[in-house]
Amino acid sequence: MKSEEFAAARGQSPFPFEGGREEAGSVELRHLTVGYSQRAVLSDINQTLRPGRMVSLLGSNGVGKSTILRTLSGFQPPLSGKVMLDGRDLSALSLSERSKTVSVVLTERVEVPYMRVADLVGMGRSPYTGFFGTLTEADREIVREAIDMVGISSLAERTVDTLSDGERQKALLAKALAQQTPVILLDEPTAFLDFHAKLSTMRLMQKLAHETCKAILLSTHDVGMALRLSDELWVVQDGVIHAGTADSLRADGTLDAFLKGEDKYV
Amino acid sequence: MKRSLILLIIALLLLAIANVLWGSLSIPVGDVWQILCGSEVEGHPAWSVIVRQGRVPQMLTALLTGSALGTCGLLLQTAFRNPLAGPSILGIDSGANLGVAIVLLMLGGTVSIGSMTLGGHLLVVVAAMAGALGIMALLMVLSRLLRSQVMLLITGVIISYVTGSIIQLLNYSATEQGVHNFVIWGMGNFASVGIERLPVFCSLSVAGLLLALLLVKPLDALLLGDRYAENLGIRIGYVRQMLLLVTGLLTATTTAFCGPISFIGLAVPHLARLALGTSSHRTLMPATMLIGANLALMCNLLSALPRDGSLIPISVITPLIGAPVVLHVILKQRTS
Repeated sequence: MKSEEFAAARGQSPFPFEGGREEAGSVELRHLTVGYSQRAVLSDINQTLRPGRMVSLLGSNGVGKSTILRTLSGFQPPLSGKVMLDGRDLSALSLSERSKTVSVVLTERVEVPYMRVADLVGMGRSPYTGFFGTLTEADREIVREAIDMVGISSLAERTVDTLSDGERQKALLAKALAQQTPVILLDEPTAFLDFHAKLSTMRLMQKLAHETCKAILLSTHDVGMALRLSDELWVVQDGVIHAGTADSLRADGTLDAFLKGEDKYV
Repeated sequence: MKRSLILLIIALLLLAIANVLWGSLSIPVGDVWQILCGSEVEGHPAWSVIVRQGRVPQMLTALLTGSALGTCGLLLQTAFRNPLAGPSILGIDSGANLGVAIVLLMLGGTVSIGSMTLGGHLLVVVAAMAGALGIMALLMVLSRLLRSQVMLLITGVIISYVTGSIIQLLNYSATEQGVHNFVIWGMGNFASVGIERLPVFCSLSVAGLLLALLLVKPLDALLLGDRYAENLGIRIGYVRQMLLLVTGLLTATTTAFCGPISFIGLAVPHLARLALGTSSHRTLMPATMLIGANLALMCNLLSALPRDGSLIPISVITPLIGAPVVLHVILKQRTS
């Protein structure tokens, strides 16, 4: 089923906020320079990440995909420029506010013995729970919904270390959903997955972006799938981010240049 | 889960009572009860001393030491995300050892531990604390540089070797009495706290245990790794400092008062996970404390087995119980 059909089935436009005005929950990168201790990896980025959209970040290894994601997550400060969310500077947010704004799915493996899927997803409630982290009935309901949304309800009681790679990615995505943030960032969520798991994960993320109206930004090397399933692509090449839909990037030749650039390393 | 915790509490009570009734010298149960109620047993004035100043403090010491070491192991395993982390493997108690060795071998060779004044003993605690915290801080720094879990364990083993050889060197220059004291201390003994130092020992270890309980929420988040934890709103730097402080305090207190006791810290958290089948520190932490206490009380009973007034050193018993658990963990890791 295509994403538009998903949304249509729910009687919604896939892009409910599309229009001229600034939507709630959009992330603006203003003259953003990211990198490490004065060594800029990408300079003067000006892009906007809009709610209800899944954006794929494409680029060869080392061009700075992870650096952008880390900066947007608040793990490292920008070298200059700003990341604005609803008009607020991300770096001015407290740790607690940030944990309710941006959730992440990282490349590091999560394999904790005896941790059930429901426990893992429950961790997403940490920003909202009290001192000892006890979940309320309302929290548990949110956790159930999140697990349901990614389609792994039957796995809720399984321990995380018994899941396949694809199932684990879905569980982590459910954790991000339970965190109830307007923005979700994923660093190569489809790496290590087999073809079918890649496809179902990508479709799931697209569906979630449209249905829950979250802004989803993910980095990936699966160019074909990203072209087919993303609402927008950010192609990082030669220190510049070219943003657009698959069609517009194809039309202006960015894509050809990018694929050729990839080619020379093969 | 609640039922397991209640069972553990019942076991703890039974073992605590057994520890008071049973010792290396046999005293009839009725007489022990009489002594506990406050009266003397005619013809046996020594029995009152043995029960009140020997067995009861020893029972409390074993109980708290077991809890403290188990808790330490749990904190370390989560902090380093390493199932084989523990105060002894990572060399933290060897740091405490070194501190104690410096005090006993270089400074106070003539002061025997059993009769040491509170001031002198506090010095031992402070030295152990400094040693334990130093090694913990070193490990925290190294764990950022060392990506592999195995490397961290090897580092711990190397630390133990280095502190071991420094202690050997100190032995050369120490007096005979100093060496004797250090060897006796090194055997591990729940009896060395005694009634006079019990308040200090209890307050230090209970403080450490309570502080550990305050960390359950950040510890749960740390299971996913630093980055995930930070994204969930956990102040990583602060939590690491607290972990450093709590593990340092608990390892140093138990090591300074009872000598190095290996394997309890490493094995107990695994027994708790096996028994409760959870990774959540909200249940795992109390279970670890209870199982640690139970295990130490059991070891203390076993150490009194000869029944002729002599004791088997605790450090002889704990590896026999702990090693199979650790082997089980290693084998399970290999298959998964």
